[in-house]
Amino acid sequence: MTDHITTNNMSEHQHAHHVEHPDMYDPESSKIGMWLFIFTELLLFGGLFIVYSVYRYLNPDAFHLAAEELNTFIGALNTVILLVSSMTIAMSTTALQKGHKKVAIALVSVTFLIGLVFLVNKYFEWGVKFSHGIWPGSEQMLNEMSQGEILFFGLYFVMTGLHALHIVVGLVIMVFAIKGVSSGKVNAQRPSLLDNCGLYWHLVDLIWIFLFPLFYLIH
Amino acid sequence: MHTTNAVNGANYLTYQGKYKGLLGWIFSTDHKRIGLLYLYSIASMFAIGVLLGLAMKFELLAPGKTIMDAQTYNATFTVHGVIMIFMVVVPGLPAVFGNLMLPIMIGAKDVAFPKLNLLSWWLYIAGVVLVLSALLFGSGAPDTGWTFYAPYSFKTGTNLLPAIFGAFVLGFSSILTGLNFLVTIHRLRCQGMNWTKLPLFVWTLYGTAWIQLLATPVVGITLVLVALERFFGVGVFDPALGGDPILYQHLFWIYSHPAVYIMILPAMGAISEIIPTFSQKHIFGYKAIIASTMAIAFVGYLVWGHHMYTAGMSGTAQYYFSLLTFIVAIPSAIKVFNWISTMYKGSINIQTPFYWAVSFIFVFMVGGLSGLVLGALATDIYVHDTAFVVAHFHYIVFGGTGFAFFAAMHYWFPKIFGRMYDKAWANIGWLVFFIGFLALYSPMFYLGMMGMPRRYYDYLDEFHGGNILSTFGSWVLVTGFIIIVVNLVRSARKGAPAEVNPWHSKTLEWTVPSPPPVLNFDEEPVLEENDGPYNYK
Amino acid sequence: MAEDKHHHIVPYRLYAIILVALLALTFASIGITEIELGKFTVAGALLLAGVKSVLVLIYFMHLKYDKPYIKIMVAFVFLIFVVVIVITFLDYLYRV
Repeated sequence: MTDHITTNNMSEHQHAHHVEHPDMYDPESSKIGMWLFIFTELLLFGGLFIVYSVYRYLNPDAFHLAAEELNTFIGALNTVILLVSSMTIAMSTTALQKGHKKVAIALVSVTFLIGLVFLVNKYFEWGVKFSHGIWPGSEQMLNEMSQGEILFFGLYFVMTGLHALHIVVGLVIMVFAIKGVSSGKVNAQRPSLLDNCGLYWHLVDLIWIFLFPLFYLIH
Repeated sequence: MHTTNAVNGANYLTYQGKYKGLLGWIFSTDHKRIGLLYLYSIASMFAIGVLLGLAMKFELLAPGKTIMDAQTYNATFTVHGVIMIFMVVVPGLPAVFGNLMLPIMIGAKDVAFPKLNLLSWWLYIAGVVLVLSALLFGSGAPDTGWTFYAPYSFKTGTNLLPAIFGAFVLGFSSILTGLNFLVTIHRLRCQGMNWTKLPLFVWTLYGTAWIQLLATPVVGITLVLVALERFFGVGVFDPALGGDPILYQHLFWIYSHPAVYIMILPAMGAISEIIPTFSQKHIFGYKAIIASTMAIAFVGYLVWGHHMYTAGMSGTAQYYFSLLTFIVAIPSAIKVFNWISTMYKGSINIQTPFYWAVSFIFVFMVGGLSGLVLGALATDIYVHDTAFVVAHFHYIVFGGTGFAFFAAMHYWFPKIFGRMYDKAWANIGWLVFFIGFLALYSPMFYLGMMGMPRRYYDYLDEFHGGNILSTFGSWVLVTGFIIIVVNLVRSARKGAPAEVNPWHSKTLEWTVPSPPPVLNFDEEPVLEENDGPYNYK
Repeated sequence: MAEDKHHHIVPYRLYAIILVALLALTFASIGITEIELGKFTVAGALLLAGVKSVLVLIYFMHLKYDKPYIKIMVAFVFLIFVVVIVITFLDYLYRV
């Protein structure tokens, strides 16, 4: 790793640029960097899971009651499609490794579409709640619900909302990944953008794997 | 002597790349320039924090209203705390000296993600702007204390949202720095630089980075919840809706206790570099210091409830937290023992960094021992929320992190600027500062034990004498601070050119020119079996 | 330094098999909560969620093929989280 910079091969501007921005790309560094970021996300949601577990412990019956307002079928559907999307984006990394560019792009695109469907489902779910007068700080909540139920819905909106925000971010990253793969900048030797996009999406899936039973499967 | 491997004989200070002038600095991805950007921003924020502190001390010069009313005082100590904690001591040593020195100390060209590094600094500035905007717009500066306790934090009419948002952004900056340093240390060590040959400053940056990474998100989400509470009334901390304010405190301190280890670990790391250098002797117990560093980082996650003994937790929780708090003190004590043992039979070179390091040990011990008083349940009941606590954390944070920062500043000054500071003025500055420090904070231990509450703008007449001494101390301290800063600024411009290794240290940064070239090394260093950061003989 | 993944391309089929397992576990967790097990219902659902997340981590997220230190880091982060939540409950479980 010597820094013999020969000025006769490069123009001075290129030379300066090389000096100022040496190419530091290393796939393993990129991967660990992404994992470390994922750790921060886990702890971010972890804080919310702590709040949930404390209030569920303190208000078991109210949580049961409030959970009946949620539609288990839609929750399960969202769980299923998100799992499928995790598979498709994982497969896209295999496709990239094999050099099957078009397959990789197709798989990421399918993942993207599934993500959109998830968001649409969420939109309808929340819409139903709003139409029943249920949102944080609503009159109906404050007047008619017990404290435990208020907490349940407060947590429901915050946690699924934050999760949905992360889905949106994941979709944005996928767009960049698709662009990178089609331009060739992201390839088997330099796969990090796609690999890390996949890792991020799996994180989003992991969080939902826990959100689903905690909110929808309380009987 | 080589002065460059780069273009036109430039070192990192004088190098001109794609951007010229100031733009070449604020768009630079060079870790050394970023380190200096942090130095100047953090120093500026520190100055503002000091002014707020002086204002508080002036108010406390006499009982009753002196220069401000209660509301203003509440806002002053809140902003003082937010600035000092989130903008000075948490970023402090890692952002400045970690950035300046870490890559060089491990034989690397730069950190793992240089552009992310620049983003960290930009986020820092954004966070600063957001927090300061809280002072300027809307309904007045926040008055909750830097701890933002619920339910007052979602009920106060003051301008809390920009402050919370700013703190969130600052946290993000901290996370990205930690992430960058972790990958750098894992992946960019030069050949032969095994984990057991790493300088101790690097080890402390490693432990600190884990805390930055794992603890900060918890306070991030907590602040988000407070913001949502203000906007939407979610209810998670509102007793009227079934929420528990104590849960806020749990979440807040789950970050903020480990945060104090973010503050102190790199400080201890810097001291662990300075003492062997100025003793010209191998550090005593290198592996023990590594082990204690990692132990502090881990056990530091388990003790947060000692800030909450009187809040209303269960007895079980109180006992548990007290026990763990006593345990976490042990590794710190091991370090103090090792530093002193290093000096024993060493060849002491009495220089400014050494004065700072030795006085660090003294104030750190006082701060640490007073922490045991606070860590014990029975005594804490008595001194919780009094001036005793204020004395404790200023001794350990200002005395600890602050003194170590000044020590590191003088230690690495010749390397960073290529010039030597004026030693006589540096020592005078240290002495005046130290005397002021002792006068400012020692009375607070006594005042607290006598019952003077913290965060009050007024006090009983019997506390007057101690407060007068303390306020005078603040003026002496600031005088010392001005001497130090003026000396450093002048010396950076006009000081005598410095050698490559004026302190005869053994770590890698002292093998490159002062100041270093842009990519640090002409050739990647290779460490042999016998090389080591403290192999003095 | 080439990472392990370059030497090991995960076959599409394996991902599909894992998906089937995940779906089965999902239906199992829906089923288990129909059964009246009191306190253990939550534990059961969470346990199944835990198994699902391990599958996602090991196979979809590639930990099986990565260097050991990454696996250690992941385990460590979960450990810290669990420890913190347990300590928090030392307060709530024992309040009078």
